[in-house]
Amino acid sequence: MTGEALYVYAIADSDLAEAEVAALRAIDDGFINVITEAPVAAVVSTVDADKFSASALRENLEDLHWLEGIARAHNTVVSDLARQRPVAPVRLATVFVSEDNVREMLRTRAQDFAGALDRVRGRCEWALKGFLITGSVTAKPSGSTESSSPGRSYLERRRAERESRNLQLESVFAEAETLHQRLDGLSLASKRYPLQDRRLTGYRDEMVLNAAYLLPEGEPTELRRAVDNGQSQQLRLELVGPWAPYSFATLE
Amino acid sequence: MTLTAPRDELALVDLLDRLLAGGVVLAGDVTISLAGVDLVHVSLRALISSVSTLVEP
Repeated sequence: MTGEALYVYAIADSDLAEAEVAALRAIDDGFINVITEAPVAAVVSTVDADKFSASALRENLEDLHWLEGIARAHNTVVSDLARQRPVAPVRLATVFVSEDNVREMLRTRAQDFAGALDRVRGRCEWALKGFLITGSVTAKPSGSTESSSPGRSYLERRRAERESRNLQLESVFAEAETLHQRLDGLSLASKRYPLQDRRLTGYRDEMVLNAAYLLPEGEPTELRRAVDNGQSQQLRLELVGPWAPYSFATLE
Repeated sequence: MTLTAPRDELALVDLLDRLLAGGVVLAGDVTISLAGVDLVHVSLRALISSVSTLVEP
């Protein structure tokens, strides 16, 4: 299989003009095009069909370097566009063989896409990550008694340390949960993500909260204040945004 | 609280959370393993169903 394929980045309203996307940088330095089927339009670029075939993708998605390049290019297009108008980002690496196929997809799912766009119109996403602060253990093992045997004493100490850590994890997870409920109340919608593994975050601290919140565009004053107040000696928080509404422009 | 603008260098894991678990998709979930860690759920079936049109235009 050779030739070209169309990579789809996002869906937008059909008043999107080519001029608005002309300056955006596409994957492999391609050009961004707009395919319009009112009331919606697809933001696409031409890619090498061989690199995006089903079998190539299965391999490429496991190649972190390749994946990172595509992910960053995809996000740049989506977030640049999201600063100008409502967009529904499309899942990474969605590829069509021809313009006709894209048009058919747009026609078939027009209602769904219009609904997704309406859900995020004038809104953006904020990401919050919470971490247990390493070394913040305060609870002392209870009833630590002197043992006659040094070996036994060591085991008892280890057990007490484990118990103390578990208690602290429980308490920091509860803190994070309470905070999430508060933030959810301040948001139009929220979404939880699986906790990230330390091997991937590169952080020493263990993640206890990974969530996204949908808010009106602009400064998220209340959310930020609640996050500030939610920090504690054992809970560290990172608020990142605004993101394009990846977590909320989904199809139900 | 640390505040980072997404324009700065975004953590790849944060990006993948959104790009592989968020966004408009058709159906189906498969976990792919990244660096030996099950991190992301990529809709491989949806991905392949989009891609399968490549085989028979």
